[in-house]
Amino acid sequence: MKTVEMPKMGDTMEEGKILRWIKQEGDQVKKGESLAEVETDKVNIEIESFASGVLRKILVPEGKSAPIGAGIALIGAADEALPAELAGNGAAGKKPETRVKEGNGIGYAAQNVAQQASVQVAPAAPGQERIFISPIARRVAEEHQLDYQQIQGTGPNGRIIKMDVEAALAQRQAEVVAPAVRAVPSPVEIPVPGPAPVAVEAGEVVEIPLTTMRRTIARRLGQSWLASPHFYVTSVIDTGKLADLRRQINEYAEKDPAPVKVSFNDLIVKAIALALLRMPQVNVSFAEDKLIQKNRVHIGMAVALEQGLIVPVIHDADKRGILDIARESHRLAEAARTSKLHPEDLIGGTFTISNLGMFDVDSFTAVINPPESAILAVGSITPTPVVVDGQVVVRDRMKVTLSSDHRAIDGATAARFLQELKRLLEEPFGLLL
Amino acid sequence: MRTLTYRDALREAIREEMQRDERVFILGEDIAGYGGTYAVSKGLFEEFGEKRVRDTPLAEEVITGAAIGAALGGLRPIIELMTINFSLLASDQIVNQAAKFRYMFGGQPEMPLVIRMPGGGGAQRGAQHSQSLESWYAHIPGLKVVMPATPYDAKGMLKAAVRDPDPVLFIEHELLYNIKGEVPDEDVEYTVPLNRGEVKRQGQHVTIVTYSRMLHVTLQAAEDLAKEGIEAEVIDLRSIRPIDIDLLIDSVKKTNRVIIAQEGWKYYGTGQGLAALIYEYAFDYMDAPIQHVTSADVPMPYSKVLERAALPNKNDIVNAAKAIVPAALVRA
Repeated sequence: MKTVEMPKMGDTMEEGKILRWIKQEGDQVKKGESLAEVETDKVNIEIESFASGVLRKILVPEGKSAPIGAGIALIGAADEALPAELAGNGAAGKKPETRVKEGNGIGYAAQNVAQQASVQVAPAAPGQERIFISPIARRVAEEHQLDYQQIQGTGPNGRIIKMDVEAALAQRQAEVVAPAVRAVPSPVEIPVPGPAPVAVEAGEVVEIPLTTMRRTIARRLGQSWLASPHFYVTSVIDTGKLADLRRQINEYAEKDPAPVKVSFNDLIVKAIALALLRMPQVNVSFAEDKLIQKNRVHIGMAVALEQGLIVPVIHDADKRGILDIARESHRLAEAARTSKLHPEDLIGGTFTISNLGMFDVDSFTAVINPPESAILAVGSITPTPVVVDGQVVVRDRMKVTLSSDHRAIDGATAARFLQELKRLLEEPFGLLL
Repeated sequence: MRTLTYRDALREAIREEMQRDERVFILGEDIAGYGGTYAVSKGLFEEFGEKRVRDTPLAEEVITGAAIGAALGGLRPIIELMTINFSLLASDQIVNQAAKFRYMFGGQPEMPLVIRMPGGGGAQRGAQHSQSLESWYAHIPGLKVVMPATPYDAKGMLKAAVRDPDPVLFIEHELLYNIKGEVPDEDVEYTVPLNRGEVKRQGQHVTIVTYSRMLHVTLQAAEDLAKEGIEAEVIDLRSIRPIDIDLLIDSVKKTNRVIIAQEGWKYYGTGQGLAALIYEYAFDYMDAPIQHVTSADVPMPYSKVLERAALPNKNDIVNAAKAIVPAALVRA
């Protein structure tokens, strides 16, 4: 009899919650087959069996959590005796809850009556009853690689309809846009402002219900704002040489077998990554009783969407060449706009860049994306009169503002980081070396 | 634009086609001196004379057979059968002769025959005289079956039917003759194609496919639904065969939900035929099962109360829409 343990699936993972057992007690299991779906603080992941045999016993039921390394199931031969403490456990014989059928299978009216009568529709035991899902809902789910088996349908008879899939997609995006801040043990309650005190005439306002993404943005960034004391340091960067370098790179890159266009943002990402490598004290998370300093550099880039905001991550940006960063940022931006981001595109960020340069803003300040400790807000590149050797000349300049969490980073550290960033961008040849 | 009744629009179409083409003539029961059972041909006998406006005996097979012969001989007959129910007496001529000639003779002869007849119920004509039998004929390759719902479409489609080289069953409705609608002025020449439906109202929540008298019931239902936030897209099929399937599929792709509202019976009728096509071509776009609004599955009762209960009505459509449009979607 072999014990399946809760695997560690991320640096910050302490425990995992069993969302769903894909295999049931008594099922044959092959090595490498998916056993269960587990929710961590970041994502939902299917865990694979490391052994072949029969799933003899589930130790952690669906909906319950277990710490890393704890046994969650037993795999053995069909006739192998269970450990004494588990044999004769009545739970094994417990019947799964069955789905309550109501109505004629057609109308919402019948379903509503059922709900009013407090009829609990228990989720179907997996593998025992087929999932009812409309063709368009299934199609949308598959297009977005969404596991619709987890969705609770709101259609007649619990059928999953398009609306349910769209809601789940919005939630998936929202969940990964702002991953849970495990480092903040006591989330601060955000006071909810009441309705506007002044009476409004009918027609003067339109109430827009919150999408799941909007609600999550509000919750996460609201918490960030209240939990972490932000302070800001602004630096003005001369971009003359950076523009020259960019032009040269693009002249080369357009003739590359896989042509690509490098943006200022791509160069800034590279510069941030190198600066973080040199100043790891900015690449940290505040964890109440300790600071967690990360050895790898993953740069999140804020992408504005019609329905909100999402932050896909360029992983190991310090180790990537500039063309590679450009290709990856193109891919992520496009995937973000078409809702095709994979969960792995969204996890692990250690620092975020928010660039509003294309909107002709001089400078702005950004809210830190938890559990990171700093975010860089990038403004437009503007021709500016400056004094050089006693003469007024026009130079292209860009203002960047670093927001830092003062619990983790002090003013001098932030200033030195910006100094390093400024040096890298004003003498940008270093980005290539 | 003028406002005309459906009846007057039909008469104008016949008159204009008879003036335009001397091969066009009409024949049927009581259409000459009496002016037609529903007064569609009133005045035409006086204008065109007995050679081109011909009364016949009460013999639908004879009327239809004679017209088939005339069409083969190069004329362009419009016949009037008193109702679609009586067309069953002529069904051999329609199905076995009119629909087959062109095919069986290698495409050589044309069959420019128009068969006008009202169908449907609602006027207490009893079980034998209240039927919607369009699906019977729409089943037959070689026939065209059209059922316009408005005076504009009635005039335009009848003129197109007269000019068409194939047999066209032009099915009217007893309760449509008095409805009024806009029709272009007399000097404006227009036709309406025999193979195109039309979106008569735009909406994004549910597509309601309908035709003939039920179009008007459906438009009223759509008004009621709009008050509750449900925006229905109303498609007037106009032609039962051929079907403007692209129009339906485009709408289904938008709304993901379909109701088919028609006065015939449910089983093996036009509604189920259309539903099968929609499932075939737009399965991946469906978010709910197709709903059918039809007559009750009984011979039409004579009693006024029971007849009303047996016919599909506005509330049936409203309820069908509420059954498949989630309330949450409407709020969003």
